[in-house]
Amino acid sequence: MRLRVESDARTTGDVNRKFYQMQDMSMFRQTFPRAALVAAAFAVAAGPLQANPYETTLANGMKIIVKEDRRAPSVVHMVWYGVGAMDEPAGVSGIAHLLEHMMFKGTDKVGPGEFNKRVAAVGGRDNAFTSHDYTAYFQQIPSARLADVMQLEADRMSNLKITDANFKPELDVVKEERRLRTDDQPRSLVSEQLMATAFQANPYGRPIIGWMTDLDTMTAEDARKWHKTWYTPNNARLVVVGDVDHKSVFDMARKHYGAIKARPLPPRRITTEPEQLGPRETVVKAPAELPYLALAWRAPTLRDPENDRDVHALKVLAAILDGYDGARLPRRLVRENQVAVSAGAGYDGTGRGPQLFVMDGSPAAGKTVADVEAALRAEIERIQKEGVAEDELRRVKTQTVAGQVYKRDSLMGQAMEIGFLEATGLSWRDDDKLLEGIRKVTAEDVQAVARKYFTDNTLTRARLDPLPLPADAKPRATAPGARH
Amino acid sequence: MQTKPMTAFFRPNFRPFRTLLALAALLGPLASPNAAAGPDIKHWNAATGARVYFVESHALPLIDIQISFPAGSAYEPDGATGVASLTRSLLDAGTEGLNEQEIAERIADTGARIGGGADTDMATLSVRTLSSAAERDAAIALAARLLAKPTFPADILERERARAIAGLKESLTQPDTLASRRFMAMIYGSHPYGRSVTVESLQAITRDQLQAFHRTHYTAGSAAVTIVGDVSRDEADAIARQLTEDLPAGTAPAPIAAPQLPARSSEHIAHPSAQAHILMGMPGMSRDDPDYFPLLVGNYVLGGGGFVSRLTREVREKRGFAYSVSSYFMPLRVAGPFEIGLQTRGSQAEEALKVINGVLDDFVAKGPTPAELKAARDNMVNGFGLRLDSNRKILDYVGMIAFYQLPLDWLETYPKKVAAVTVESVRDAFARRVKAEHLVTVVAGGDGDNGTGSAAPAAKKAGHGK
Repeated sequence: MRLRVESDARTTGDVNRKFYQMQDMSMFRQTFPRAALVAAAFAVAAGPLQANPYETTLANGMKIIVKEDRRAPSVVHMVWYGVGAMDEPAGVSGIAHLLEHMMFKGTDKVGPGEFNKRVAAVGGRDNAFTSHDYTAYFQQIPSARLADVMQLEADRMSNLKITDANFKPELDVVKEERRLRTDDQPRSLVSEQLMATAFQANPYGRPIIGWMTDLDTMTAEDARKWHKTWYTPNNARLVVVGDVDHKSVFDMARKHYGAIKARPLPPRRITTEPEQLGPRETVVKAPAELPYLALAWRAPTLRDPENDRDVHALKVLAAILDGYDGARLPRRLVRENQVAVSAGAGYDGTGRGPQLFVMDGSPAAGKTVADVEAALRAEIERIQKEGVAEDELRRVKTQTVAGQVYKRDSLMGQAMEIGFLEATGLSWRDDDKLLEGIRKVTAEDVQAVARKYFTDNTLTRARLDPLPLPADAKPRATAPGARH
Repeated sequence: MQTKPMTAFFRPNFRPFRTLLALAALLGPLASPNAAAGPDIKHWNAATGARVYFVESHALPLIDIQISFPAGSAYEPDGATGVASLTRSLLDAGTEGLNEQEIAERIADTGARIGGGADTDMATLSVRTLSSAAERDAAIALAARLLAKPTFPADILERERARAIAGLKESLTQPDTLASRRFMAMIYGSHPYGRSVTVESLQAITRDQLQAFHRTHYTAGSAAVTIVGDVSRDEADAIARQLTEDLPAGTAPAPIAAPQLPARSSEHIAHPSAQAHILMGMPGMSRDDPDYFPLLVGNYVLGGGGFVSRLTREVREKRGFAYSVSSYFMPLRVAGPFEIGLQTRGSQAEEALKVINGVLDDFVAKGPTPAELKAARDNMVNGFGLRLDSNRKILDYVGMIAFYQLPLDWLETYPKKVAAVTVESVRDAFARRVKAEHLVTVVAGGDGDNGTGSAAPAAKKAGHGK
């Protein structure tokens, strides 16, 4: 549940193009001055779909949420497990994600690779993803084939087969994934180090993909144990969105998932991050051209959508800084003062774990990361002193209202939103409260959070110091015969 | 398997589909089991001469619009590489009566999302807006002004030039960029598809060039306006007219010549990364290619079908060599690239190359098995509805039909054409079109991998490199 924040859309180079591709906050604003926007939002929110989504819970504890959207004969089927990288003990970082990979390796009934083949045969596609908070699996298929994928998904919840033989190559795949996405990506290394520096006790400090040194020691038994411990119906939520009747989906779920026995989950011993007592800093040296800086302040996590007003105000603050092309950071740092070639701000606020409010940027030619830091801080100070304008506030809310309509075009987007809320300790029913929370944010609220949270004692500063490439990075011909 | 959304704070990097699946979705399988399944596309010419393609849908109170022009990088004058993308990206830098900041605020005030960009063949401007009259009219009026009356302010050109150069320099430190630039240059030689921007080409661009490129290529006569959503046909016609009425009528640009095929060659680019980025291929097929369907269906089997492709099975599933491996044909106005790509730790790059060469040679020699062909056709036919289940997806496909002027029944006839593909037609098409004597291979990076245990951190590797 984040404001969509896109900035720097104008640059022609790939690197500066930065997308905070966040989910739209869902809401409408009753007292919104633009009457038509309100009408549009109401038309969608208060139509015949009033009762949508529908929810039930199976006897084994598995929660089922169905949203009917009958525009096309298509359906998204997702299972969200309430386990993610933050549940990993030290020494086996990455096991949640690695198990996600192993889930495609087959069962007694379904051979290796067969899961993907069956989904493809009905015209569908499937994949999965892991975060600190959850692990989720999805298929998008013609709605007539929903029972097929439900059967497959239920089968691997209880009957997954992990052998030493199928584990080893998949571990290698995950190491390649780590090399691709982290080790060879200087900015990913910076964000990994930033998290590790900001969170020294809480598991959010460990990378989701795992430290390479932990992957080196991972065994098939670690994966089997993970599956056995956490992959239970009482730790799973089913989300179905598309051209379906909710009652028949409930029946189908009872048949396929209802037969699986619940197992008690172990206690979760997650360390709360202790109070930070002073500013922290981390530096990554890696081959790159542009220096880069990120400033991260500890920030609150949404727990009570009705009363956690600071969270809503911080979201609005992030959007006022970087929520649209003309927002403060792209306007002042990139366009007017030309201190930075890119600058941004982001805050999520939703998750099982602790949150950060991050500002970041890369200096323009002739400027330094110190200049960027001063300029980013100056924007916070300006809001601390002068507050924000009513038209900025209105603009951010307008975009949020429109986003409420736009997001209904995508089945996957709707399923993601439900699953994400549920997996982060909230409920899909909180949608309206989140809406209302943003609706109530005032200019004074934004100024108050700008004054409250941006203190050096809770700051972590992460920097990329570019290393030059060796001079021999020029193409050289190799014998084409080497091809064979 | 497959992805890890780095739900990280500031760069969520959320990719529910890994690269090869995204490509498969973009390029490919689209088939209809029955004639009624495609969207009902209405087509006419607006009074301005612009071609209009319209799909009416009142299920949601929103409208998606895409205006496209033959104004991609392939149409740049010689020596002016970067003009197409800079022209497109400066459309919202200033327009008659509105400066950059006012434009940005006005877009935000309407709640609309205005996007688009320039690629090889086309430049686009897309608008997603609420269908309520006030918001819709404001968004469309603004989009029309951006398209017709950009002022290309000199100071903003300088600023964006500097940012583009900074971005380019940054990307030139990354092995994937080094590999793909070199690959395109090698397979296309001096053909426009082989060009990449350079610091020098960006430095040479003038404001006059941007204005001239805009005047010549953003014309009503060459515009295709695709509209999907909550409007009537008459309203759609008015929208298309409004979006193009202040553009010059224009003349059609000179056609792009077909590329020459390259001689077989291989290159290695040194880089201290852990992984080697491997690309192999040659010019492939055009949008209206007579071999389009055999190549498309065949490629699904070879490397386009995501987890079920041969390349994924051999490279990833059996050997654990790569997180992502795929092959694709990118159909363009003339033959776009056919490309096999993967990333693997440097120490096993040679072995991975042998595997993909073996898979490709075998596939070209024998074609798919009957079971593989059936699986490919099943996916394409049965998945038809899924590829068209939202306004945005319909816009993407109809926008493609509109730009390339494909037959209006292109979606409808898809299943028949997929069904007509045989083992023999795939084998025949690949044998004629993917020839060993034209294959180009580029390997960039991997020099930082010592081949034992974990790769050393990039920092150390680069330090040693100095």
